[in-house]
Amino acid sequence: MATQGTVIGVVSNLATIEVNGPVSQNEICTINLDGVPLDAEVIKIQGDHVFAQVFESTRGLKMGSQVEFTGHMLEVELGPGLLSKKFDGLQNDLEALSGVFLKRGEKADAISKETEWQFKPLVKSGERVQGGDWLGEVPESWIKHKIMTPFGLEGVWTVESIAAEGAHRITDTIAQLKGPAGETRTVTLSQRWPVKIPLQAYAHKPVAHKLLQTGVRLIDTLNPIVEGGTGFIPGPFGCGKTVLQHIIAANAAVDLVIIAACGERANEVVELFTEYPQLDDPYTGRKLMERTIIICNTSNMPVAAREASVYTAMTIAEYYRQMGLRVLLLADSTSRWAQALRETSNRMEELPGPDAFPMDLTAVVANFYARAGLVALHNGNFGSVTFIGTVSPAGGNLKEPVTEATKKVARCFYALSQQRADSKRYPAVDPIESYSKYLDYQEAQEDMRRTLEPHWIEKIAYIKNVLLRGKEAFDQINILGDDSVPVGYHIRYWKSELVDFGFLQQDAFDPVDKATPMDRQRYMFDVMNSVCKTEFSFEHFEEVSAHFKKLINQIKQMNYSEFQSEDFKRFEDELESILMERKAS
Amino acid sequence: MSTETPAFTKVYTKLEQITRATCTLRASGIMNEEMALVDGRPAQVVRIQNDRVTLQIFPGTQGVATDVDVVFLGEPPTLRVGTDLSGRFLDAYGHPIDNGPELEGKKMPIGGPSVNPVRRRQPSELITTGIAGIDLNNTLVTGQKIPFFADPNEPFNQVMATVALRSGADRIILGGIGLSNDDYLYYRRTFEDAGVLERITCFINTTDDPPVERLLIPDMVTTAAEYFAVEHKEKVLVLLTDMTLFCDALSIVSNRMDQIPSKDSMPGSLYSDLAKIYEKAVQFGEGSITIIAVTTLSGGDITHAIPDNTGYITEGQLFLRQNSDIAKVIVDPFRSLSRLKQLVIGKKTREDHGQVMNAGVRLYADAANAKTKQENGFDLSDYDERTLRFALDYARELLAIDVNIDIDRMLDTSWKLFATYFSKEEVGIKEELVKKHWPKGHTDDKDTVQ
Repeated sequence: MATQGTVIGVVSNLATIEVNGPVSQNEICTINLDGVPLDAEVIKIQGDHVFAQVFESTRGLKMGSQVEFTGHMLEVELGPGLLSKKFDGLQNDLEALSGVFLKRGEKADAISKETEWQFKPLVKSGERVQGGDWLGEVPESWIKHKIMTPFGLEGVWTVESIAAEGAHRITDTIAQLKGPAGETRTVTLSQRWPVKIPLQAYAHKPVAHKLLQTGVRLIDTLNPIVEGGTGFIPGPFGCGKTVLQHIIAANAAVDLVIIAACGERANEVVELFTEYPQLDDPYTGRKLMERTIIICNTSNMPVAAREASVYTAMTIAEYYRQMGLRVLLLADSTSRWAQALRETSNRMEELPGPDAFPMDLTAVVANFYARAGLVALHNGNFGSVTFIGTVSPAGGNLKEPVTEATKKVARCFYALSQQRADSKRYPAVDPIESYSKYLDYQEAQEDMRRTLEPHWIEKIAYIKNVLLRGKEAFDQINILGDDSVPVGYHIRYWKSELVDFGFLQQDAFDPVDKATPMDRQRYMFDVMNSVCKTEFSFEHFEEVSAHFKKLINQIKQMNYSEFQSEDFKRFEDELESILMERKAS
Repeated sequence: MSTETPAFTKVYTKLEQITRATCTLRASGIMNEEMALVDGRPAQVVRIQNDRVTLQIFPGTQGVATDVDVVFLGEPPTLRVGTDLSGRFLDAYGHPIDNGPELEGKKMPIGGPSVNPVRRRQPSELITTGIAGIDLNNTLVTGQKIPFFADPNEPFNQVMATVALRSGADRIILGGIGLSNDDYLYYRRTFEDAGVLERITCFINTTDDPPVERLLIPDMVTTAAEYFAVEHKEKVLVLLTDMTLFCDALSIVSNRMDQIPSKDSMPGSLYSDLAKIYEKAVQFGEGSITIIAVTTLSGGDITHAIPDNTGYITEGQLFLRQNSDIAKVIVDPFRSLSRLKQLVIGKKTREDHGQVMNAGVRLYADAANAKTKQENGFDLSDYDERTLRFALDYARELLAIDVNIDIDRMLDTSWKLFATYFSKEEVGIKEELVKKHWPKGHTDDKDTVQ
C-alpha cells in the first residue's frame, strides 16, 4: 500500500507531513485540501516528518489534511503530440485548462489520449534492442517522431512482437520486449521519465563542433556557438536578454526549439504565443510554432513549479534529441530558478551560502548544463541539445553566485553591457568581454575552415584585435584629448566604431537586418576586413570622424537592404567611392 | 474585508509568544493565511506547526496582552467588490475613510490566482500622455506594468496624477502605500478638480498608519482592478505609490519571522512577492489592467535590491532626473525604457517613430560625451559643439516633463532639431524616411571642417 500522511505544519509553500511508511527524497505526494489535490515534492526527510514544497498556493490548508504518496519522482509524459504545445512547469497543457484564471489543483493531460497516430514499425520481431532504440515512427506534424524502447532498459533485449503499420492511440501497446533474464515489458506510444534524471540512452557524447547559425552576427561570426554547445547571457535588466533570446529562437538553424520561460514576464510569452503561429521558420517555410514547444512558468505562477519547469524543458529536449534531431533549449532566466531554490532553502532554515543561495548551487547549475550536448545514438545517428540560458545578476554585478556558477560550466559567454544598452548599441553584447571557447576547439576550427573559408579563424582574430585596439585608442583620446594624440589613434578608434556600427549592431525590429544568414555575414565580414585593412590619410582628426560616419552610414544602408539587391549594390558602390576619397596612395 | 465577529466562534485567550509584529498561540482547525482578530486588531495566519499558530498582526503588537481575545474568521483577507467602489477612498482593509457607507458588493479573496498565460492577449493599445519623454522615447501600452524610478524629492506623484488623467483609462485605482498625508490630499484634490471622481477608487495607507498594513494595499488594489477589468471589461489604470515602502514592510515582517535576509536586508522572496503584484497587469480581449508604480531610489542607486528586482519584473522603467542645464525635471532617455513600445511604435504611430527615437537618443548620448570632454577641459570639436546645442533644445522641447504635445508634433520637432544641427549622414536614418521627413530648406554641409 502506498505511504500516507497528514499535514502537521505549513509556512508559505512548505508543508510538514507526518508519514506512516517509507518515502523517498524528491517523491511526489498529493495533499487533499478539501477535495482540491495539491501536488508537492519531498525535499527533506527527518524521521517520520517529511518536508514537501507545494507546487500551488497553500492558502486555506488545514492541519490534519490527508496526503497520498505516489511512489515516484516528478515525471513528464513523452510521446507524440508535444510539438507546438504550451505547457506549464508541471507539463499541464495550458490550452486545455478551463477559465481565464488558473484554478488550483486543476490538471490537463500533456498529450491527448484520443488522438490516433499512424504507426510504422522500424524493427522486426527477433531484433535485439537497447534502451532508447527506435522501434517505429509516427508522423507528428513534419517530424518523424520515433517510438523508442523504455529509456531505463538495462542490457540487450529482444523484440518479441511489434505492431503492424496502422493507427494507434498513445496508450496502445505496440511492442513486447523480452529481457536478458526472461522478463517482459510492453511498449506503448508514450513513456514517462523523471525530470531530474538525465536521459542518457545514447552510445557516447562526442565533442560538439558544428557551427550553429543564429542569425546574430555578433554571435555567429565573432563568438560562435555550436550544435550541442552551451552558452549563457548575463546582463542587467533592460539590456535586451529576452529580445536576444527571442531572435535566436526565431532564427537558429535547428530542428526544434524549446523555450522555458522560467519566472519571467507573462507578456513575453504572450508575444511568442501571438507571433509564432504567424512567423515563418527561415529554413523550412513552415510556421515557427511548428518547431517550437513552450514551457512557461511565469513569475507570478507558483515558485516551486518554477524549479520544475527548467527540468521539464530539458527532459523534453533530451527526448527529441534521442530521435536524432537538433534541439535548441532556451531558458529565461536561470536566476529565477536559482531564486526558487533559495526561497525553499530559506524556509527550511538551512545554513545559507553566498547571498543566501543554497550551498550546492554551483553543483546544481553544473549538472544541469552538463545535460546539453551532442550525442551519438546506438544506431549511428547524431542528435544534439544546445542550451542557452540567461542570467539576471542582482544589480547587474557579474560577481554574484549564479553568474559565477554558470561561468564555470557554460562554454559561450555573451555579456550584456549596461553601457552599450544605454547608448542603444544593440545587441548590447560586449564584444571585448564576451567569448566562445569553441573558437579554441580544434574540431570546431576545422569545421569552420571547411564550411566557411580557410582563413576564417584568422579573420575573426584580426577583427577582434581591431576592436581591442580601438578601445585602447579611445581610452587614450579620452585621457589626452582629441588633438594631443596622433591622427592615427582616431583612425584606429573609428575603425573599431565602423565594425561596431556596421557589423556588431543589428536592428532587431527591422525585417531585413534582424537576422543575417551565414553567407551574408561572410560577405559583410569581408567588407569589414577590407575597410579595416585600408590605409587612410587625414590631415586633421576632425576629418576622421566625418569620413567614417559617411562610411558607416553606407554600411548601415547596406544592412537594411535585401542582400545583393539593386539598393544593396548601389550603397556598396557608394561605399567604395567614399573609401577611395581618403585612401592613402 | 469583514472584521465583524461571526456568531458562535471559538475565542482563544492565551498568547504564548509576542514579537513586535507577530504573536503565537495554540489553536486547532486553523487554515493557512486565514484572517483573525487579536484584541480587535486584524491579523493573518503566517505559520502553523501542529497546534501552534503564528499570526501577523497588521497594526502591530504594542499593548497586546497575553490574555486578549483571539477570534479566527475562517477566511483569507477579502474585499467586497461592486460598482459601489466608484469614487471611494478606503483603508488597507477596504473600509471607508471618506465617511461614506461600508462596501456591499460580493466578497472576493484578495491576492487571487494568476491569469492563465494563454488567455492573455498581446497588449496593443497606445496610451498617450502628452509627455514626450514618455510618448516619444518610452511609449506606454495598455496591459503594461512600469514604475517611475525617482529620488524621493522628485515630483513623481504629480507626474503620475498627470499621466493618469491624460491616459484615457475607464477606471483609475490608486494604491497609496505609506503616502504622506499631504500627498494623499493632493491626489484627492487633483481627482476632484478634474471631475473624475466617479471613475476613481483609492486604497490609502498613510505614514500615520501602521507599516505592516501596507502589505495589503497592492492586493486590495489589484483585486478591485480585476473586478472592473474582467466583469465590466474596462481599461483599468492602477497607480501604486510608493512600492519601496511596500518592500520595507516586507523586510520588517520577514525579519520578525527569523528569515535569513538576502541582498540589502530584503527577504529572499522579494522577486516573487513583487512579481505577484506587477504580473496582475494584463490585456484581455476586452478590458485591461495597466500598472504604473513608483519606486523611490536612494541617491539614484538602481543596484539596490528593490529597484533591481523591480526592473527585472516590470516592462521597463521611467527614470526622472533633474536636468540642471534647463532647470527642469526630465524623463532620462538613457536609463528609461518601455519594453512594450515596439508593439505600438510605427504601428499605432507614424512610420518614422522608431528611427527618429533612436537617432535622437544617440545624438543626445554624443552630447553627454561632449559634455564630459568639456568638463575635463578638452577642446571641443565642431560636432561636439553642435551636439551640445542640440541637447539643450532636445531637453527643453522634448524631454522636460511639462511638455504636452501629440506624438506627430514630437516627431516633427525631432526632425526640425536634427536638420538644424546635423547633416543627414550624422543622423543616420533610413534613406527613404529622410527623403520624406527631412525639413525643406535645410542645407547639408554641417560636417565640413573649415
